[in-house]
Amino acid sequence: MTLSPNLLFVATFGYIILLFAVGFWGERRRERPGLLGSALVYTLSISVYCTSWTFFGAVGSAARSGIEFTAIYLGPTLVFAGWFVLLRKMVHIRQNQQITSIADLISSRYGKSPGIAALVTLIAVVSTLPYIALQLKAVSSSLAAIMTPGAASLGANTDPHYLTAFWVAAGMAAFTILFGTRTLDASERHHGIVAAIALESLVKLGALVSVGLFATYAILDGPQDVLRRLPETIPPPGPDFDARWTTTIALSAIAVLCLPRMFQVTIVECTNERHLRTAGWAFPLYLLVMTASALPIAVAGIAHMPAGSNPDLFVLTLPLSADQNGLALLAFLGGFSSATSMVIISSIALSTMVSNHLIMPLKLRGSITPGQLPQTGDVRGFLLNARRISICVVLLLSFLYYRMSGNHGGLASIGFIAFTGVAQFLPALIAGIFWHRANGRGAALGMISGFLLWAGALFLPSVNQALTITPTDADPLVTALTWSLGVNTLLLILGSLSRDPFALERLQATRFVETFSDADGESERLFRRSAASADLYVLAQRILGESDARTLFTEFRERQGLTEGLPEADDAFITYLERRLASSIGAASARAMVSSVARAEAISRETLIKMADETARLMDHSQRLEAKSQELEETARQLRSANERLRRLDALKDEFLSQVSHELRTPMTSLRSFSEILIESEDLPPENAAHFLRIIHDETLRLTRLLDEILDLNTLENAEGALRLSTFDPMRELDGAIEISRALDPHRRIRLVQARHGPRVSVRADADRLRQVFINVLANAIKYNTNPAPAIWIETEYEGGYLHVRVIDNGPGIEPLDREIIFDKFARSTRSEAKGSGLGLAICRRIMERLDGAITLDPPPPDGGAVFRISLPALPSKGPFLVAAERQELF
Amino acid sequence: MTDEAMMEKPQGQRVLIAEDEPNIAAALQFLLGRDGYSVTIVADGESVEKAVRDQAPTLLILDVMLPKMSGFEVLRSLREKTEFASLPVIMLTAKGQSQDRKTAEESGADVFVTKPFSNQEVLAHVKRLLTP
Repeated sequence: MTLSPNLLFVATFGYIILLFAVGFWGERRRERPGLLGSALVYTLSISVYCTSWTFFGAVGSAARSGIEFTAIYLGPTLVFAGWFVLLRKMVHIRQNQQITSIADLISSRYGKSPGIAALVTLIAVVSTLPYIALQLKAVSSSLAAIMTPGAASLGANTDPHYLTAFWVAAGMAAFTILFGTRTLDASERHHGIVAAIALESLVKLGALVSVGLFATYAILDGPQDVLRRLPETIPPPGPDFDARWTTTIALSAIAVLCLPRMFQVTIVECTNERHLRTAGWAFPLYLLVMTASALPIAVAGIAHMPAGSNPDLFVLTLPLSADQNGLALLAFLGGFSSATSMVIISSIALSTMVSNHLIMPLKLRGSITPGQLPQTGDVRGFLLNARRISICVVLLLSFLYYRMSGNHGGLASIGFIAFTGVAQFLPALIAGIFWHRANGRGAALGMISGFLLWAGALFLPSVNQALTITPTDADPLVTALTWSLGVNTLLLILGSLSRDPFALERLQATRFVETFSDADGESERLFRRSAASADLYVLAQRILGESDARTLFTEFRERQGLTEGLPEADDAFITYLERRLASSIGAASARAMVSSVARAEAISRETLIKMADETARLMDHSQRLEAKSQELEETARQLRSANERLRRLDALKDEFLSQVSHELRTPMTSLRSFSEILIESEDLPPENAAHFLRIIHDETLRLTRLLDEILDLNTLENAEGALRLSTFDPMRELDGAIEISRALDPHRRIRLVQARHGPRVSVRADADRLRQVFINVLANAIKYNTNPAPAIWIETEYEGGYLHVRVIDNGPGIEPLDREIIFDKFARSTRSEAKGSGLGLAICRRIMERLDGAITLDPPPPDGGAVFRISLPALPSKGPFLVAAERQELF
Repeated sequence: MTDEAMMEKPQGQRVLIAEDEPNIAAALQFLLGRDGYSVTIVADGESVEKAVRDQAPTLLILDVMLPKMSGFEVLRSLREKTEFASLPVIMLTAKGQSQDRKTAEESGADVFVTKPFSNQEVLAHVKRLLTP
């Protein structure tokens, strides 16, 4: 049983007439939308999501793959119920920025870049072509099913009705041009179209629910029967069910955000943010009802239709097989509605994008050069025509795709190709409204790479099976989505981090990410622009039309408080105008056009970047200054301490000079005094004269010795290289010193005893200097020894890596007060008889310090005398050990 | 030595020399002794005051850098006692700094002579201080 072609033709034509009538009615209610402006109509228009793929394909999908088909309804439900915040943010941005399409949104965010707008448009068009083709296929298939006897029940895949599909496409083009291109302002709501779409959503819901009820109650025995048959009719989940299920949910969730037509109805056509709230539960409910209706149809179809029937057409063939012609007609009209509403909205969205982002920039490049605006030519008319032609071209291309892709693959697989294609917008979209740092480079790199992977993995294979790049054993959909979105996201992040955002990108990022904080308008003034009002007027006239332009300029003139002429072309006005133009031709083109007549030199983008950079540099500077000032403080502290040391040294030097002066004056006094006596006295007795001359001689020697010692000390204190180091046996020098010291005791009054313990050692030192120290200490012990039985003991031992030489005398000893100062320069003993230069022991101490050794006073022996200890680092030499004490009476 | 000097040979003038450098003390002793002064020598600071008491010199030649007690301390101590407040004192120093000169004047020295001195200068000072 089939429908008669005449009835079908009349019904379809009548339905089309009805749509046109509703469209006209809607356009007439533009000023007073009433019910048309309600949340209900908004929700119904969003239901354009349910295309013929849903209408026919859901049943087919359920029959073929079982429960998996519910995923494409769960995805949007998740978005509308769960990602409500995201949608609200997008709607808010749309209203603030006068966004006309998803391409406009993304390009506007990334610095109003025409290149990105063109890229998004290109991807959208290529991705949507299979989807529109899918609708054409559905309509032609359903027509064939309902008109061809016999073959229909077995499925209509055998003979595609290309001609039917072509006329369907042509009809859609006519409808869309008539109602979709009435006005240039693409951001304004298309009331006629929304009214028609809402009606179509009701029809497809009514049709599917009717067939569902028919299947449940007329063919099966009620809902219980459906549930009972469910396990045996619906295939169980396949092996890679989880991956596909997740992928499908994700895909449909992404699609409801990124599909150009969904963006059009959900975001662009949204007149009231509050409507989103209603849609948040009403749209999922709509989807639930559609899904619930598909299930009994699939069960009944499998149970009652002959094997091999196309499950995609159960909605039609089930009523037909039961001779329910009226119901079959309703089902056909439901499918027809699903297809046409999708085609209409998609072609409006795509044509707006193509005309604004592909054709307009080319036109701008061709005809407008800065400062030379042509006085004639209506851009408005040109753009509307471009949009009309775009609609025709998009539908023609879709038709061609349908011809080329032929018939292989179910409805669902074609739908997923489109979904995965537009999913490439998601990273740029999400990053754009949540991440300040995202920039044009990252967005472009991400989308291009994702698009190429998608084309290679899904799109090209759909045209020709041989062109696939995915491994044959993997599920192409899962692989394609994972890889394309993964690479896309990765490159978006890397690209964004690879360079700093431009000033305009930074500005737009702030507006998008912080769209609710409403610091808008202020920031735009950073781009202080100026223009000739006349130029702006010509520009506005060409895009908005004579009357709109005049209204806008008059309005703004009054706002500026002027009574006649054109408004002052200040920055606020230019910004306002650009935004108005953006609502017709997109942000990127509007900016390009306004920039052609407005100069932004006062504070250019470069200046702004410089300002931002300057701020960053200043902060960097102040941090570095802080570090520097700490460094300086540290340096100053070191300088102060160095200065303090120098002053102490200077004081010591003064003290030393003063001491030297004193020590020199003493012998010189004797010299002067006695020489004066000798000069003046002629009658001086010869023995006196001889005595005085001897004194003069001795004092001269004393003076010379003093000078030598001063110079010696000076050498030891200053010159680092004054030592001549060698390795030698220290006992050799000690023996030498004893030999020399004997000269001081010509009468051999002093007993000298030497005791050596431990091994023979060698030292690394200056041999002459070490001997000097030994001589000095021995000489003191001899010269100042007042003991009637003077004696000196020399004891040597090796201990703890040091050679120790102790010189012990039985002289008067060192006064306790003097023990502290005896090694100081010019230390004057409180004992008046001690009459050296006062430098000998100071020199000894300095020498021992230079040799890494020491000269110290040991506690005095109980029966008086002094003990000097000379210590020096030493190593046992290779010679025989002298374990036994060697004791020697020397003299 | 001039005849004039010989004629004006001072009678009963006793000079005490406090000097730890034996050659300088010897030179001064020779010069003053030749001019008729009777001279005694001490070699450290602590012995000065006792010698002043014992020998009651009419003039003191005092070195600054003395062992045990500096010339300044000795002089300050002497000037605190009324019997020695007006004893003429010639101070000898080997340090030429002005700080020393100031300290010497404050401590009550009549004359401040820097080593090496001229014999005639010292003799002139002695003669002037002992002339009533």
